[in-house]
This record gives sequence, structure tokens and C-alpha cells, in this order.
Amino acid sequence: MSVMEQDSAGAPARASLMNDPKIRSIFYQLVLVIAVVSLGYFIVTNTITNLERQNIASGWSFLENTAGFGTNQSLVEYSETSSYGRALYVGFLNTLLVAAVGIIFATLLGFIIGIARLSNNWVINRLAYCYVELVRNIPLLLQIFFWYFAVLRSIPGKREKWSIFDTFHLNIGGMRLPKPIWEPGSEWVGYALIIGIIASFFVSRWARKRQEDTGQQFPVFWSGVGLIIGIPIITYLVTGMPMTLEHPNFVESGPILRQGFELNVGINVIPEFLALTAALSIYTASFIAEIVRAGIQAVSHGQTEAAHALGLRNGPTLRLVIIPQAMRVIIPPLTSQYLNLTKNSSLAVAIAYPDLVSMGGTVLNQTGQAIEIIGIWMAVYLSLSLITSAFMNWYNQRMALVER
Amino acid sequence: MSKKILPLVLGAAMGVAATTAAGATTLEDVKAKGFIQCGVSQGLPGFSNPDAQGNWTGLDVDLCRAMAAAVFGDASAVKFTPLSAKERFTALQSGEVDVLSRNTTWTMSRDTQLGLNFAGVNYYDGQGFMVRKDLGVTSALELSGASVCTNTGTTTELNVADYFRANNMPYEIVAFEKADEVVAAYDAGRCDVYTTDASGLYAQRLKLTNPGDHMVLSEIISKEPLGPVVRQGDDEWFNVAKWTLNAMLNAEELGVTSENVDEMKASDNPSVKRLLGAEGSFGEAIGLSNDWAYNIVKNVGNYEESFNANVGPDTPLGISRGVNALWNAGGFMYAPPVR
Repeated sequence: MSVMEQDSAGAPARASLMNDPKIRSIFYQLVLVIAVVSLGYFIVTNTITNLERQNIASGWSFLENTAGFGTNQSLVEYSETSSYGRALYVGFLNTLLVAAVGIIFATLLGFIIGIARLSNNWVINRLAYCYVELVRNIPLLLQIFFWYFAVLRSIPGKREKWSIFDTFHLNIGGMRLPKPIWEPGSEWVGYALIIGIIASFFVSRWARKRQEDTGQQFPVFWSGVGLIIGIPIITYLVTGMPMTLEHPNFVESGPILRQGFELNVGINVIPEFLALTAALSIYTASFIAEIVRAGIQAVSHGQTEAAHALGLRNGPTLRLVIIPQAMRVIIPPLTSQYLNLTKNSSLAVAIAYPDLVSMGGTVLNQTGQAIEIIGIWMAVYLSLSLITSAFMNWYNQRMALVER
Repeated sequence: MSKKILPLVLGAAMGVAATTAAGATTLEDVKAKGFIQCGVSQGLPGFSNPDAQGNWTGLDVDLCRAMAAAVFGDASAVKFTPLSAKERFTALQSGEVDVLSRNTTWTMSRDTQLGLNFAGVNYYDGQGFMVRKDLGVTSALELSGASVCTNTGTTTELNVADYFRANNMPYEIVAFEKADEVVAAYDAGRCDVYTTDASGLYAQRLKLTNPGDHMVLSEIISKEPLGPVVRQGDDEWFNVAKWTLNAMLNAEELGVTSENVDEMKASDNPSVKRLLGAEGSFGEAIGLSNDWAYNIVKNVGNYEESFNANVGPDTPLGISRGVNALWNAGGFMYAPPVR
């Protein structure tokens, strides 16, 4: 009572602490933090208690035990005697492979379709429109099944094949290619390739500087192609062609089971990989096409007119004026599509492609280490996504409008 | 408002902690909710398969129905959860299902490291191979270089790896998540061989375009004792599962069937009397009523009836009793006596 009187007599009346916005906000934030921390604490301790109560072994030592199961695609040495850790690593690399190849194809196809959507040619325009509307409105899992099961049934069986130039073969067992066998001396071809890439980088820098100084242009693209492809070929010829091709071996006689392509001769791209890559890139390309179209349309038409007024032809206008400005609009949503594609690759499990989820699932089932395996899955997909978006953010900053 | 949030959150957290950490026994839980949650396969004819009306039937399904009959006297007090091979143990561990009756192989690591207990064996199986007849293969030892389709997350994957390695034969494994996709890929010709438990091969063969074009090779490459599984550390529920299976086997051995069970109740045979609860209080000892086994046989039948109705020679699967016959008929099925 006395306090109140003092306040009303002296300094302006102070509201109760509850109504002080600063204290209120601190209080709410504190409550939120305590709630989140106690929830996290509860989840962790409860899990540990339950695992102990149910006598479920936990820990990471299982990663060193022998896996005992095989796989149909491995980028590194792997056999049944390898460890569970190795099996997960094989799955991780397979995920990376399908994601990387898928991203490349999806980007190429997406850009082509996106630009076709803007074509003045009515047929091309409508075809691109139909593609986008058809593909992006059908669930991805159905598309994967379509590419795997429907297409699989229409290609030749294991004892037959389709061949191109008698070098590339396709049947239900996959796509067979000749396998390069590198002999001693072939490392020089690799060095030559690196030299070619570095040289073409410097040539393009020099050409840009010369153009800025003198206005003269230099055929950067073709000289780059020449350097990157030409130098390794010359090296290859000079070192005496230190490479042979191991062709797939198609057996046509003997027991029926042995007929068809021999296992482990040449390169075999398994049909699961082909179907998954096709489905992922075609599906994601339909979204990328719309992003590209939106990005290009976001650049005001005045830019095209200005470029034409400066005397630039259609090609250079698109390449030098429109696309660089459109990229600023395109890159952020493009990043999400790349992340989607990577995460969608986990649908591989439906068609027997041995990706991280598939291999991890087998490990999980054999060891029963559900929490550890799911932890690995989440950590891997999270880091892949963070790395992809970090790279795309860096690229976005490079492409951003530089104000002078 | 703000002052109420914290106690609310903490209270909720504690509440969940109390229910999950302490918990009632499974039998009490089951009695309280009025049904048994039973984990089954996603569709394996003869073992656990939904019909056109969505009613589950099969040998594994019958075991769950028998448990419901034992607990409630009502074989329909069961709800089924279809589980993939990969999900099944986690679903049981986490309490999503009360019992897993899903053609699951009893192995040492599953029994000891997963916090689970196998309550017995309701079908002795072994892994086999199915091939197209036109391959002209008569023995699994001729399968060198073959592509092999199978399910991931099963012992099958390990057995086939062991078998091909032991016989020094190269092979290509194609492992799918779901059995339906394995069948589709094998049917499309992606693989030369389909491998899983022999009973599964007979069941899945029915789904192929031309079942007659395929044959199951005679080699059995593994021991696959299939049985119901419960969580470890709950002996009361473990007893219910174990003795439900034993009751079905004992009923067959004593000649008690769903048709004659009422007459048999008045039998002079002390073994039959003890089984059907006319003598002693064996049911009460496992937390059930004394007519538990009577209810099982009355509502579901004995093991023979269940076997013949689901997988036996008169069904599309046409599997003979073989090693699954009773011990006194040349098989492995041997239940401890009720006494």
C-alpha cells in the first residue's frame, strides 16, 4: 500500500512487472527454452531407460561386425565378408551416385524444357507444357514403378539383347558397356586431362581480359574443347595407347542359365539404377522447367529490347543478358529441387537399388540397432542437404547482382 | 496463461514418462483394451493374408486368433498390423503390436540381442529356390552366375550369400523391400531365381502369371523355424503365447477338434480333462480362465485343423505335413504336456 502511494506521488506510475514488454518477452523465451530442453532430456533418458529395460544392446560396435549379405552395385570393393560399416558406406556412395547423375540430367532436361515452354513455335511450346503438367502431377513412386516394371517388361530378356555398334548392349539384366582396363603409363592421360582443364581456364581468363581491353573476341568454347579433349588424346597416342577395352561377353551356347551376359565382365549398369535415375531426373526436370520459365519471364522485356538495340543477336542476348539475370531468380528454388531429388532417391528401396536406406535397412534388421541406423540416415541426408545448399548459396552469391 | 504452460508441459512429459517407463503388463493392457494387436505379414497366402473382405486368414493369423480366444473367449478380438520384414521387430519392441506372428525365423541373435522372446515354433521351414522350368536346372548347385531375387531384411539374404559363397558360385543379388515387388521382378524375368522360405515360394508362386512354368528346387539350404514372438521381460504374456501354441498341438495329439470339443470335455482321459479345464486350474496359473484351451479349440481349432485349412494338401498351396507332423507321426511338433 505504501509502495503504491510513493509511486503515485513520485516518479510516473509503473505498471506491474507482468505488463513490462521486456520482462514478458524474456519470460516467454525462458519458458520455451526450458520446455524444449526438458522435452529433449525426457526423450533421451526415456529412450535409454527403455532400451535397458528391454535388454536391447546399443552402441556403435556392431559397425565392425561381418555383414554377410551381398549387393548388386558397389563402387568400392565389397563382399559378404565386409563389415556393416562398409555396407553402409557402399549404400552411401550409391545414394551419392544416383543423386549426382540425377541432378545433372534433371538440370539439363529442365533447362531445355523450360526454354521450350517459352518458344514461339506452337508445337514445341505445347509439347513442353504437356510434359510439365503430365509429369509433375503423377506421384514419383508410381513413376519409379513405371520405369522399372513397365519398361523392364518391354526390353529383351536375359538371353537376348539390343545392341548399338555391337558395343553398347541392353537387356533386362541392365546396360552393358565395355570396361576400360588401364595399363601402366595411362596415368599420363589423367595428368594431361588436368593440364587441359587448367590451360583452358587460363585461356578463358586471358580471352576475357583481351576482349575488355581491345574488344576482340576469341573462340573460348572451341579452344577449351580442344585443350580438354585434344591434349589427353595426343598423350594417349604418344604413350602408345596404354588402355584396352574389356567387352561384355555374350554367351550363346551351353546350359540356358549360363547363356546371356557373363557376370562381372565389362561394365554393367543395373536396370534399378537406370530406372531410378530416369524417374528422378524426369520428375525433377518438370519442376526445374517451371522454375527456369519463371526466372526468364521475371527479366523485364526491356532488357531484350535494349540488347537488340545494342546489336546483340538472339543467342548472345539469351546467354549474356537474360540468363545471368534470370539465374538470380532461378537458383534459390533450384536448390530446393536438388535437395528434393537427393532425398527422393531414398525411394530406391522400392525397386532394389542398394542405396543408403536399402543397405541400412538390411543392417538394421540383422543387428536390431534401429536408433543408431536411423541416426546415421538422418545425419547423412542432413549433411548432404546442408552441403548442397551451402554450395548453391555460394553460387548464388557469385551470380548476385554486383552493384557498382 | 503463461504461468500455466510450464507445469503443463512438464506434467505432460512426466505423464508420458510414467506410462512408458513403468507400464502395466501386456496381459493387463490387452485385457483393458479388449483386443490383441497382432503383427502379421503384408500378405503371404496360407500364413497371413487378407481376403477380398479384408478378413485375415492363415496359419500365423490363427495363432493370434487362438490367443484372443484364450484371453477373451472370442477369436475375433484381434486387430492386425501388416508389417514389412524390416519394420517387424521395431513394431514389437515399441509396443505397437502385442505379439508378432509373421513367419519370423527364430535365430540366436534375434532371441538374445533384440529384447525379444520366441514363444515356440508353429512351422518348421527352410529356404529354397524357385526357377523357371525352361532353364533346365535340376539342382541349386547349377545356379552359378544366376541373378537371385529376394526380400531385404530377412535371414534369406544371408543364407543365399552363405550358400553361393560356400559353393564358390558367383551370383547377383537383387533385394526388394516388399514381397510383391520381388514377385513382379521375378515374373518380368529380371532374375533367374527367386529364393525365400520354401513355404513362401509355394505361396508366392500362386501370384505368378503362369505358376505352372515354375518349379521349386528340392534343396533346402537353411533351417527356418518360424514362430510367434513377444517382448522379453514379460513372462506372463510370454506364457500365454507359448501355451496357446502348445494347447493347439496338445489338442491335436489328444484328438480334440473344434467339432468334438464339447463331448471331449466330458472325457475320462485325465490329459484331456486337464487341457480343457475340467480338472486342475492350469488356466488361472497363466492369468486366464480355466477354459482357455477349450476356447482355443472351440473357436479356432487344433493345429491340424489350422494347418489343413490354410496350407494343407487341399489348399492351393498344397503343402504336406512333412516335418510339421506331430512327433508321434514322424515330424518335429512336440508340445510339453499340460500337467
